[in-house]
This record gives sequence, structure tokens and C-alpha cells, in this order.
Amino acid sequence: MTTGRTAVAPASGATWPATIRAEWTKLRTLPSTGWLLAGTAALSIAVSAAIVGTTHQSAGGGGQDPTNLALTGIDLGQAVIAVLGVLTMSEEYGTGMIRMTLTATPHRATVLVAKGLNLAGLTALAGSAAVAGSLIVGRLMLPDSSLDPAHAGALVSIAHAATLRAAVGSVIYLALIALLALGIATAIRDTAVAIGAVLAILYLPPLLAQLVSGHLHQHIQQIAPMTAGLAIRVTTDPSAQPIAPWAGLGVLAAWATGALVAGGFLLIFRDA
Amino acid sequence: MTAPTATSDSAGRAERRNFVPALRAEWTKFRTVRGWLISLVVAAALCVVFTFVVANGNHTGSCTGSGTTCQSGHPFVPTGPDGKAVADSYQYFGHALTDDGNLTVRITSLTGLISTARPGAAPSISASRPGLAEWSKAGILLTPTTKQGSSYAAVAATAGHGSRFQSDYTHDQAGVPATITSTSGRWLRLTRAGDTITGYRSTDGITWHKLGTSQLAGLPRTVDVGLFVTSPVTYQEAGGEVPTQATATFDHLTLNGNPQTDGWQSRTIGAHDYYPKLGAGSARRSGAGVVLSGSGDIAPAVNLAALGGNTLSSTLPFGILVALIVLVVVATMIVTTEYRRGLIRTTLTATPRRGSVLVAKAVVIGVVALVVGALAAALAIPLAIHTLGSGGNYIFPASAITWVRVIAGTGAVAALTAVGALGIGTILRSGAASVTASIVVFALPTFLGPGILGSGGSDGSGGAMSWLYRFTPAAGLSALGVLPRSSVVDFPFTLANGYYPLSPGAGLAVLAAYSAAAIGFASYLLRRRDA
Repeated sequence: MTTGRTAVAPASGATWPATIRAEWTKLRTLPSTGWLLAGTAALSIAVSAAIVGTTHQSAGGGGQDPTNLALTGIDLGQAVIAVLGVLTMSEEYGTGMIRMTLTATPHRATVLVAKGLNLAGLTALAGSAAVAGSLIVGRLMLPDSSLDPAHAGALVSIAHAATLRAAVGSVIYLALIALLALGIATAIRDTAVAIGAVLAILYLPPLLAQLVSGHLHQHIQQIAPMTAGLAIRVTTDPSAQPIAPWAGLGVLAAWATGALVAGGFLLIFRDA
Repeated sequence: MTAPTATSDSAGRAERRNFVPALRAEWTKFRTVRGWLISLVVAAALCVVFTFVVANGNHTGSCTGSGTTCQSGHPFVPTGPDGKAVADSYQYFGHALTDDGNLTVRITSLTGLISTARPGAAPSISASRPGLAEWSKAGILLTPTTKQGSSYAAVAATAGHGSRFQSDYTHDQAGVPATITSTSGRWLRLTRAGDTITGYRSTDGITWHKLGTSQLAGLPRTVDVGLFVTSPVTYQEAGGEVPTQATATFDHLTLNGNPQTDGWQSRTIGAHDYYPKLGAGSARRSGAGVVLSGSGDIAPAVNLAALGGNTLSSTLPFGILVALIVLVVVATMIVTTEYRRGLIRTTLTATPRRGSVLVAKAVVIGVVALVVGALAAALAIPLAIHTLGSGGNYIFPASAITWVRVIAGTGAVAALTAVGALGIGTILRSGAASVTASIVVFALPTFLGPGILGSGGSDGSGGAMSWLYRFTPAAGLSALGVLPRSSVVDFPFTLANGYYPLSPGAGLAVLAAYSAAAIGFASYLLRRRDA
């Protein structure tokens, strides 16, 4: 017997709280973590401000969704979060730290779950800042009359139920993206390749959907993690979207779960 | 003793002597990592596969009735004398003419109708308002045959561009801007002398001004010469093409020369081709004059949006982007792994000239990416043409030289992107930061274009997209442009319609500037910094 994996919870030394605290210490003390979290918020708000500032209601044009517009920065902010998610795991392989980690906590699934919990918590914090900042920018910069004639006079406001859903949903969206990246990085292990793969999975399907017509177009938007997940951001006429808001977030959650299960499976059954 | 004058020369030779082993070393390092070689194959395969997926996801067809009977395929697109796609649809009223001669006519009015039908609804005269498209044309046309796509020369009065002399779809000579009113008619004359056709205009029928002349090589003895009216689609309203119809009244119709005896004949040319039209063409005599109504255009076919299908130029870029991501990862890794493993210190000990190391790496990854990109395009293009064709899509006819240019351009985009990514990898040294930065700088602008900004679909994002393809590395994709432009068609040559804002060369130059900046800064840092 070379593997110390048994079905019981890790009794020897590394308990759940201890593992979570260990992962928290590792994540917290990396200088890149703080920069990436701050970068997520800053980039999201900056891009949102740029998009909101350069959008003008064209005469006779269709109404725009002000909340969705104000949260456009998430499109780029998620890339930074994805990098954080990848680094959380791949840096351990890059430096060889993973062997020490797995020696301290032989129950490997615990390591992945602990990393996921810490990552999701930190991402939710940064995501909340990004979403709040973007919505404030939207409220301040979008014209009083609002871009959407159906909501004439309405500012972007959290009191609006759909906007609240978009705000909360966007924070959850970012956390799920981080977990998706963590799962993929656990499977791939190499930083550069994992980042390339995550960014490709996020950004290529929306582009592909634009280029094909008919049913395929709709199906891609329904199953791709980014397009499905961002359905949560829509506040006007969600029925016109390819997928319902919470169902879309569910699709992304399925992606994240799938990636974590696949990554966890490989983590358990592969030599580190 | 070496002569002092030879110092710089021998130094140059020494540098070359150093460079060749450095190049060989870098090539060996590259080719012996199996994962990277596999990545190259994967990059090319992904390009081909995704080009196929996009091509396969595009179908053109026409549905009738409730949409239950659908027919795959695109409507007929005529091909002009030089093999390019053309629009060639108009109302004709003419006469066969043998040998030299001329036709003179006065146009007393040019009026028109603009469709007000909703997008998607069939245009009809009953849903229209008065108005003229800028390029509505009425005048005299001479052609060997009225078969679509045949050679021609014409003199015409236009609604918004004065009198013009045009021939063979692309040649255009302008006259004096003037409008036609019922009080001041406009006289036009077209003269044939051998293969030479000359167009004239006049305000009074007495003093004639030459508008232009054209040689129609190989013109037969007997040709068709007659009046024509046509009116192209306009893009005045947001939301695409609006068909129009023009009606012109002619009088003082005089044919000099050796006319055939079969008399004046009226024909509607190209009634069932791809070009959107308003109403059926008609010709009737009214007293001493003739009234013609026509819809269509005689010009290069640039409005391919009318065909509803994606052309190859919008199919290929996606596959290339997927390949670029893989290439970017490999290109950054060839330097970041050296830092991670500490190999860089060995490398710099073996080749103390650090600039040579970077140049050697750039040459290796640049040539490799060039070959992979060009190979992927060479495989993907025929596959896409075949797949798009079986999906009923229209594929813009392009010469072999154009395809060679696109294939070479794809290779150049891949090479420049890889070299830029290498530069970023050398600057940042960490794999995570380099891959992210390279993807953000070199690939994200292209995603942002249609992927995110395009989904808004408003006019504002169109401007932002055009900006992306002008000033960011996405400009490199201009090398894939195959659609021709034309000044004689009122058409929005925008990205949404398949036109890149820059020419292929200028677009590649923009991308090359980014790559040069990255590799230049990398070279500076590599020499200044401790490894």
C-alpha cells in the first residue's frame, strides 16, 4: 500500500478547519492574490465606465438594458478572476509545493474543496466591489431619461428587482468562473496552458455563436459558460434571451462542478 | 595583423558566427519538447475544425409560404467580364445596331419610389414613398448582348452624382453635378466608332461636352444600344437595404447609323437575380417619348448582405483565433519555462550576446508560426469553400492570387502574434502573467469585436468595432479581407458587412508595430536585467 487514501475523513493532523486555514494562509500571503482581486474590481469598473460613457441612444434605435450595460465590465473582469483561479492550483505544481500540501493533507479532495471555498469567498468579495462600483458608475453616467424607453426615467437602481438579481447573480457568476478555472487548472496543472484553456472556453463560444446561424447559434449561447451565465445580467425582457437568468447561471454552475469533479478525480488518481 | 578598417566587418562576421549556433540551439530546444510539437499540430487542427464548424453552421436558403417549404441555395449572382461578381439588373428599351452609329436622347424627368416595407417583408410598390436613391441611373447603354454580366458602356444621368460615363461595372467618369427638372432636361449621347464608345452630355441638345470614352475590346459588328433605367438599394434608414425604383421620361430619341429592322424592344434584365428590387420593370411609349421604370443596379456586387450568408472572410478568422491562442501559449512558454527551470542562465552563458538569444527565439517561433498558420489556412480555406457551398451559401469569386494572399496573410498574422507573445513572455517572465497578457493584447481585441460589442448591434458599437480593427492587434485580420470596394455603389463598407477598415498591408503593419514594440522592450530588459 503506497497510498494513504482511506474513506474516512482526515483524522491524522489535517482536519477540515486546519486545511481551510492552511489554504487561506497560502492564498492570502501570495502578493499576486491581492493584486488580481483589486485588478478584477478596477478593470470591471473601468470597462463599465468606458462602455457606459461611449454609448449613446440613437434615435429610433431599440432600447438598451441599462443594468446590463453598466455591468459590461464583468466581461473583462472575469479574465482576471480566471487567472486567480488557475494560479491557486497551478502555482503549487510550478513550485513543487503540491507535494508538501498533499503530504500534510493526504485526503486530496479536502485540499481541492478548501481551495475552492477560499477562492470563492475572496472572489465574491472582489466581485461585490466590482458589481457595486459598476452599478454606481452606471447610475451616475447613464442619462436621466434612461436608455430603455420602457423604463423611462428609471435610473439604474438596486431597488429594481431585476437589477438586484443581476447584481447578486453577477457576483455568483464571478465566483463560479473562479471555481471553473480552479477545476481546469487542477486537471491541466500547467499555468500557461490552463490559462489559455480557460480564456478560450470563456471567450471563444460567444464569438462562435456570432458566426453561425439558426439553431446552432442558440444552442451555443445556451450551453457556453459565459453566454449562459451572463443571462443573469439581463433586466429587460429576459424572455427574448436564449436562456432564462437563473437557468443560465445553473449551466455555468454545471460547468464549474464538472471541471472541479474532473480535476478532483485526476488529483486523487494521479501522482502529484 | 588585421587591418583596422576591417574591424567592423569582422565584428559583423563574428556576430553572424555567434548567431547561427544560437539559432540552432533554440531550434533544438524547441523541437525536442514533444508537447510543443503536439501543440502545433493541435493549433492547425483546431483552426481547420473550427473553420469547418462555422462554415457548417451557415446555411442559405429561401423559404416560401409559412416557411415549411425551404429551398437550399442562393439566388443567381452574375459574373462580370473580369470574373468578379456584379449587379446587372435594369429596365432596357433598345435597338440592335450594326457598325458605327450613335443614340441621342433627352431625359425630362427622373422620379423614384423608396420601399417602406418592414425588414423581412417582400417589398412592393404599394408600400413605398416617393424618393430617389443617390445612384439611381437613367441613360443610354451599349452592350454586345443584354445577357447579365456582359461588357457594356453607358452614359447616364444620376439622381445624386450628376452625369456619369461608366463601363464594365468598375470604370466611372464623372461629369458636372446637375439635377434634372421638368424645365431643364438633360441631353445624353452615346457614340460607337469601332471598339471605341464615347459618351456626351448637353443641356440644350446643341453644345455637347464629352464625358468619357472607353474601349470595349472584341465588340461584335451588331450590338444592342438603348435606354436604361435602374435604381439601387439605399441604406438611409438603419436596418439594412431598402430597395428603390426609378422612373425616367425620355424624348427626342434619335438613333443614327445602321439599325436592324426588328425595331425597339423592351426587356427587364435580371428580374430574378439576387439583387433586391422594388416592383417589376416596365417600359411604355407616351406620345413622342418613352417612360421606363426600373430597379436594380449596374455595378460591382458589394452588397452581399443581400445574399444573407456569411462569406469566407467571416468564416476563417474564428478558426485562426483558436489556433492563435495555442500559438500564444507555446510562444510565451519557450521563454517563461527557461526562467522557471533556470535554463535561461545556461542559455545566456552559452550565448552571452543576449540580443542574439532573443532574435534566435523570435526567428524559430516566427517561422514555425508562419508555417503552421499558412498550412492551417491552406487546409481550412478549401474545406470552408466546399462546406459553405454545400450549405447553399454564395462564395465571393476570388482569384487564386487572392487566396494565396489570404494564406500568406494568415501565416503572417500567426508569426507576428507569436513573436509578440514571445516578447511579452520575456518582459514578464512568469507564465501566468505572460499568457494572460498575450491573450489580452493579441487575441482579446478580436474577440471583443463581434463577440461582445457586436452583440449590442447598435450604431455606437459599430464605431468601437471599427476602432478595434484599426488600432489594436486585431487590425492584422485585415489580411483576410477579400471583398472588393467600389466608389460607384452607395454601400456602408463596414465591418458588419465584411469589410475591414484597413487594407491588408496596413493592418499587418499595425500588428507588426505591436510585435516590434513587445520584442524591442523585451530585448532592452533582457540586456539590462539579471537573469
